[in-house]
Amino acid sequence: MSAFASHYTYWITVLLMAAGLFIVVARGNLVKKLIGLSIFQTSVYLLYIAPGKLIGGTAPILSAAFKVYSNPLPHVLILTAIVVGIATLALGLAIVVRIREAYGSIEEDEIVAADRASGDRA
Amino acid sequence: MKREPVLRVVGKLLIPYMLVFALYVQFHGDYGPGGGFQAGVITAAAVIFYALIFGLPAARRLVPEALVETLVAAGAFLYIAVGFVGLALGGNYLDYFVLDPDPVAGQHRGIFWVEIGVLVTVSGVMLKVFYMFAGRGRGS
Amino acid sequence: MIQEHLPALQVVVPLAAAPLIVLLRHAGIAWALAVAASLCAFGASLALALEVARAGPISYAMGNWPPPWGIEYRVDALSAFVLVLVSAVGALVAPYARRSVAAELPREQHYLYYAVHCLCLAGLLGMTITGDAFNLFVFMEIASLSMYVLIALGRDRRALLAAYQYLILGTIGATFYVIGVGLLYLATGTLNIADLAARLPEAQATRAVLAALAFITVGVSLKLALFPLHLWLPNAYAYAPSAATAFLAATATKVSVYVLLRFYFTVFGAPLVVDALPVPQILIGLSAIAIVSASLVALWQTDFKRLLAYSSVAQIGYITLGIGMATRDGLTAAVVHLFNHGITKGALFLLVGGVALRAGGVDFGRLRGLGRRMPLTSLGVTLAGLSLIGVPGTAGFVSKWYLVLGALEAGQAWLAALVVLTSLIAVAYVWRFVEAAYLSEPEPGAPSGEAPLSMLVPSWVLVGACLWFGLDTSYTVEGARRAAALMLGNAP
Repeated sequence: MSAFASHYTYWITVLLMAAGLFIVVARGNLVKKLIGLSIFQTSVYLLYIAPGKLIGGTAPILSAAFKVYSNPLPHVLILTAIVVGIATLALGLAIVVRIREAYGSIEEDEIVAADRASGDRA
Repeated sequence: MKREPVLRVVGKLLIPYMLVFALYVQFHGDYGPGGGFQAGVITAAAVIFYALIFGLPAARRLVPEALVETLVAAGAFLYIAVGFVGLALGGNYLDYFVLDPDPVAGQHRGIFWVEIGVLVTVSGVMLKVFYMFAGRGRGS
Repeated sequence: MIQEHLPALQVVVPLAAAPLIVLLRHAGIAWALAVAASLCAFGASLALALEVARAGPISYAMGNWPPPWGIEYRVDALSAFVLVLVSAVGALVAPYARRSVAAELPREQHYLYYAVHCLCLAGLLGMTITGDAFNLFVFMEIASLSMYVLIALGRDRRALLAAYQYLILGTIGATFYVIGVGLLYLATGTLNIADLAARLPEAQATRAVLAALAFITVGVSLKLALFPLHLWLPNAYAYAPSAATAFLAATATKVSVYVLLRFYFTVFGAPLVVDALPVPQILIGLSAIAIVSASLVALWQTDFKRLLAYSSVAQIGYITLGIGMATRDGLTAAVVHLFNHGITKGALFLLVGGVALRAGGVDFGRLRGLGRRMPLTSLGVTLAGLSLIGVPGTAGFVSKWYLVLGALEAGQAWLAALVVLTSLIAVAYVWRFVEAAYLSEPEPGAPSGEAPLSMLVPSWVLVGACLWFGLDTSYTVEGARRAAALMLGNAP
């Protein structure tokens, strides 16, 4: 029980990772897949930031009164990762909009069937 | 929505404050949470708010598509250009130490300019994404 | 002054060209800028390669922050080799793209195509040259997002779904890579690749490091299309615009192989990866399945571009087979095949783009009688096809030779037999083209006439390179040998 309580951030990370990946694999709707991908990426942000907060650490601003500071580097890394995630999500949604206009549907099985029906290899 | 008096008035009251808040967030990134990305999104949110209330064509007259595309590229180019300034002044690429006789002030200056580049690009990108999605037509 | 800042300029010049192209918004100027940036990048990579061969690894501190606190750009024998390949292909595809893109994309999108091409080139070069693990992720995503855009610009509506599937799988791969780097950061406290290599031996037996190795392997394998994570590749290559396919096929997976080599041999080190863990066996097993299954599937394709895409999956299997052997000759073979496959597939897809321009498509029905309609193109495809098979005198033979040597050196004679037998399958699918082009009658009314010179010349430069590097192996084999020695000696 104490192992769970002291590492609860890691448990949440793993839960989000698994949930996100499951949605990507199990759902055929293109937008839902992107949502699953976002959830998966969010778990990674938690993986980086949670260990950055050191127990007893204060905000990373130099001061004579404090000796232990939290690590600011993971925040910088994750800011970059969030921006990359936004760009990926925006690009994915733009492609989904174009697919909707080209095929009339955003369900993957319908699109694959449409490709197969028009005589091409899917 | 532009016929609703409450929305119109509140919108016109709030949007200037949103833009000023974006500038505040931009310049206080040194001292608290903030910086280019957040400020860019708030700026874009102000314009999107305007578009939601007064309609997309009005927003397009206010901030034309060509301007938005220029913003996207200009911000990125500004960031890269700051790096070249570091090269020209004798340091490495993206060297901020040489931008001012005092190295710490040089860091301030370098970060100031690259964050402006980030503000310009992020607000441009968010607006461009909004224009592309919203302008796609009804029921498409 | 330029000489000492070459590592930064190598990446920054194509990166700066992209927003400049978007600002100027004119298709012709965009093309000219793209060609200029690609040529500058090629010149820089050659200068860097010569410098590294002369004086040893080069280290460049971005922003003048010394490593390991700052981001370091590091050029050594392996990265210089890959830089030259990527920038050479970029410099050849950029002038080629003018007619190809004009035929396949609407005019208002041309300048965007060239901007994204420059971004992709900058991303791939940045991935190769950076010495910081997280910076590698940033460049990996810059390159990957540009690739998704390039693929989605294809004419066929199936390009959209192909780009979407590549986006999903590629982002999962990149995120797995980030998870691995995060675990390494938690274990050692640093992100600099050389520093990670120095600090990892102390943290070696911990589960975090092993988990990091697993995550990074799966993530990078998604990017390099190792079986069974290759499912995005055939669709992406088949439906993308011709210039994009040529550029991606020759560079994208090769840079991912570079990342795998860098992490296996520099960061984690051969003692952990090769001796203590069953990684070589897994790699050899998956590579063998990749080579056999992808070559067989290639035989049944009706579209020539898709056939070449499946052939790419098989050839990447050869590269990872060399890595799995983990001997000096095996690694030399892997690095040499990285280069040789790059130029061979580059040549093939460039020539196929010319056929697509003239004939409107590349299914085998349209290729009938190509030998008479487009003689130079058909000859080029045949010669590059010989390199794909590995006929002596072509570049492909050099790689297969070292693969066989490496297999015998590792005591695995069945691998040598596998390499030779699967080359026979390659004969079969190259024969399909030869039969259609030279031994079939063209359909009545089929368009004829060679591809334009601006497309034919870059294609034939690469075909010539296939032949030359097959006869004069000094540069490629020497470069590969130095890279292999570097990796096995575990020197960063």
